[in-house]
This record gives sequence, structure tokens and C-alpha cells, in this order.
Amino acid sequence: MASRSLPVALTTATVLLAALAGCAPQNQPPPGPAPAACTKADMKTRTPGKLTIGTDDPAYEPWFSENLPANGKGFESAVAYEVAKQLGYARVDVEWTRVKFDNAIAPGPKEFDFDINQFSITDDRKVAVDFSSPYYLVRQAVVAAKGSKITGRSTLADLKNAKLGAQVGTTSYQAITDLIKPTVKPQVYNSNDDAKKALQNRQLDGIVVDLPTAFYITSAEIKDATIVGQLPQVGLPETFGLLLDKDSPLTGCVSNAVNALRESGKLAELEKTWLAEVAGAPELT
Amino acid sequence: MADHQPSTIARERAAYRKRQTVRSVLIAATSTGVLGTLLVVSVTGAPGWERVQQSFLDPRIARDALPDVLTGLWLNVQLLVFCALGALALGLLLAVLRTLRGPVFFPVRALATGYTYTFRGLPVIIVLYVLTLGVPGLRLEGMPSVLVLGGIALVLTFGAYLAEVFRAGIESVHASQLAAARSLGLTYPQTMRYVVLPQAVRRVAPPLLNDIVALQKDVGLVSLAGPIDAVRAAQIATAESFNYTPYIVAGVLFVLLAIPLIAVTDWVTLRAARRQAAR
Repeated sequence: MASRSLPVALTTATVLLAALAGCAPQNQPPPGPAPAACTKADMKTRTPGKLTIGTDDPAYEPWFSENLPANGKGFESAVAYEVAKQLGYARVDVEWTRVKFDNAIAPGPKEFDFDINQFSITDDRKVAVDFSSPYYLVRQAVVAAKGSKITGRSTLADLKNAKLGAQVGTTSYQAITDLIKPTVKPQVYNSNDDAKKALQNRQLDGIVVDLPTAFYITSAEIKDATIVGQLPQVGLPETFGLLLDKDSPLTGCVSNAVNALRESGKLAELEKTWLAEVAGAPELT
Repeated sequence: MADHQPSTIARERAAYRKRQTVRSVLIAATSTGVLGTLLVVSVTGAPGWERVQQSFLDPRIARDALPDVLTGLWLNVQLLVFCALGALALGLLLAVLRTLRGPVFFPVRALATGYTYTFRGLPVIIVLYVLTLGVPGLRLEGMPSVLVLGGIALVLTFGAYLAEVFRAGIESVHASQLAAARSLGLTYPQTMRYVVLPQAVRRVAPPLLNDIVALQKDVGLVSLAGPIDAVRAAQIATAESFNYTPYIVAGVLFVLLAIPLIAVTDWVTLRAARRQAAR
């Protein structure tokens, strides 16, 4: 009896599982079109045959270069063109439009097919707009005063004896304690502003902030500060996604394109080129 | 004495007193029990109790956070000892300067008065910011560490409070005491040293210790300049676990730390009261 009932049971289970799987809700990108529709001919872009990409004005380094998104230089410009290529649009088919950061996030009709402007993916924003899957996971970086004892260092071990600071309760602090594990007790501040002040005062050898903040600090806030390097990924990083209109028919296609770029290693390559090499934020290993 | 028999009235009186004692103990116990039960039921019976218990009273998270919070608390204790001594010395000095007599000392009195007005008015956080993040900005040679600068900020602030307490004590010593001392041939400094200050300090010991207990909680504010004290360690642990239990751990430790000081305060107050009564 047992020998006969086993195959029956297995078959029943398989049928049941298949049925359950059929009923299970799909956790895939929002009800976008089937991959077959992700071609230049089928995509419902604002201007048929063209891909309109939005970003802010001015568009800052190192995400863009010289405030010219169409030159393909800078990390986000490069990512935008790679996504377009993945979707079958040539360089000439891409048109740029300028949209203020806040306007892009506000609900309402959009003047772009997707916008790329260091938008962090958050649940609050998802209520108003769609996001593609992330094209960038925010890394932590060490910022030091020019000429301090840790400038120009290239390994995590070189930072062991540095006096570092970070804001309380951040991934930056976690990066110090989990990755660098310094022998000197790290300093913890209420805000990045306090930490920056201590850095300016030379009370610290370096502070750890996320990379976009590090670019802002070194380019606009503290002139005699420099980025020592990026730390390996740690904690639950913030993610940047391409922004689309709520329930846009393109969300699925754009997400697929970003996923393909990530899997092929293209995103990592662009990150290395435009953030680590051109923008001078080398990887600390 | 063994064959002494108390009178019937005396025995009845003793029995009555005993009954009354038992009765009041029972009533106290019952009322405490009722109030306690009411409190426990109303708190644990609240719809959100489960969630509060999880996020504020998780024993596993408390255990994990304890070592770091204790390390931070050690910083608080060290700072407390140095800042308390510094503030007491500064306060006493200021009070003596403020009570100097004679027109020649006017500028000294004015400076001391201005100082206590300023530093009692200034929020301690602002003094801390100026000293721990402002002063090092001068980039002078031999700049002391953030801890020393933070300690100076606290001494400056609490010295002003304590100066006023000392002054109140000095002025409470009756004028006849001074007159008697001077008529014995003591100089002004000698009068202060042997007659006025001993009486003054004894009288204001309770409020002085009260200010020291307040200082004990405020030394942790030095953490805004970077060092990790007990509260900051709890904050870090809370940020990691999204659970507020570490704050409770720090709170309990602070209370434990304060208990000896508060007990000493109460004892000093009681002893002073007894001495006054016995006089």
C-alpha cells in the first residue's frame, strides 16, 4: 500500500504547490508590462521613439559633469545612457529635461520618462512616485583634513590608529566600529555639523560620512578637507533609484534594465570609473 | 528588676499601644497593596503594554547594552569627581570675593557678581559648545583634550550656582559673630577662616550636595563634543537595536549612582537639624 500511495501523495503535493504558486501574489515590480513590451517600438514614452530623462539644474559633480547631463560624463549621466541603451535607445534618442528635485517627487504629471537625481528610495516617497530597482547603494567614506596623518592612506589597516568621528546612530558610526575597528575610541556627535567642526578644529584625524555628503563637504563646505576613500558596504545602506511617475507603464522595463546592468557588472564599473577614479574617492581595502 | 510587675494600667496601656501599632501597619500594608495593584493593573492592562514591554524592558537587549553603558558611566563618574571638586573650589572663592567689604574691593565684587549672573543665566550646553568646539578652533599649542575643556565648562557653570549657595551661607552668619571675632583680635581673613566659613558651610551643606547631584546628571552633556558617556552609549545601542531598553539600563545605573549622594545629603541635613535642636 505504502509503495502505491507515495507517488499519489507526491503528485497531489506537486499539484497543490503549483496551484498555490499560481495564486500567490506577485512581488515583482509593479504591474508593468511583460518583458516583451520593453522595446523601443512598444514603450509608451512621452515622445514616441525618444527617451526623456529628467535631472535637476544645476546637476552636480561627480554625478554629472559641468552641469551638462548630455555629455555622458559623471556617474548618473553614464548610468542614464546605459539604461537607455539597455532599453534600445541610441544616444541621439535621449533627451534631457530639467526638473527641480522637489517637483520631481511631488505627485502629478511628469515631464520625463524617468528622472535621475540621487533620489533615495523611501516608503514615504513610494506613495507619490515609482522607483526603479536601485542603481546605487550609498557607501560610507572617510573625510580628512588635507595634510592630516591619514590623507593618502589606502587600506583599512592604515586607519587603525586614527581618531575618527561620526554622527550618533548612523551607518557611518557602524562603519567605524565594524570595519575600521580603530584602537582609539571613536568620537560620537549629535550631528554631522558638530563632527565637521571638530574636524576643522583638528580635534579629529577624520570623520566618516556617506559618500554624497563627503563630496558635498569637500567641494562646498570645508575647503581644506579631502576624501581619503570609500569604505566597503556596511549596514543597511541608503539606495538611489530612478524616479518614475506613479504607476508608470515603464517602471517594470526600467527596473529590468537596471537589474541587467547590475548583474553584468556594468554599474560597479561605472561606480569605479566616475566615483572612485574621476571623483577621487578610491576604495579602501 | 526581674520580680518587677508593671501595674494593670501600665500593662493595659502597653497592650493598647501594641494593638494600635499592628493596626496601623495592617492599614498601611493594605493601602499600599491596593494602590500597587491598581498601578500594575492599569499599566500592564493597557492595550499597548506588550509593545512598551518589548521596546523598553527587553532583558536580552539590556544584557547586551550593559558593558558599553557601564564603560560610559565610568567616564561620568570620573568627570563628576573632578568637576565637583573644581566647582566647589570656584564657588567658594567667588562667594568670598563677593562678600568682601570695603570700597577698594568694588571691582572684585562687581566681577564676581557679573560672573554669577552670566553663568547662571547661560545654558550649560552653550558653554559646552563654546569651550569644546569653539576654543579648540583657535588651534593654540597645548590645547587640552575635549574632556578637560568640557570639564572646565561644567566647573564654570556649576561654580556660579554653588557661589550663590555659599554666599547665602556666609550671609546667614549673624553679624554678632563677626563683631565677636574682630573684638578678639582676629583679622578679617582669620574671622572668615575660623568663624564664618565653618558655620556657613555647615548650614548650606544640603543645598550644596543637591547641586552636586544635579551636576552628576549634567556631566554627561560633555558627550556632545564626542566622548561616549553612559547616555550616549545607550543612545548608540538603541540606534542599533531600535529598542529603548538601553536607556532604562542607563537610567537605573544613574539612580544607583545617585543614591549614596542623596543618602549623605539626607544624613547631613538630619545631623544639622539635631545639632540646631540640641543647642
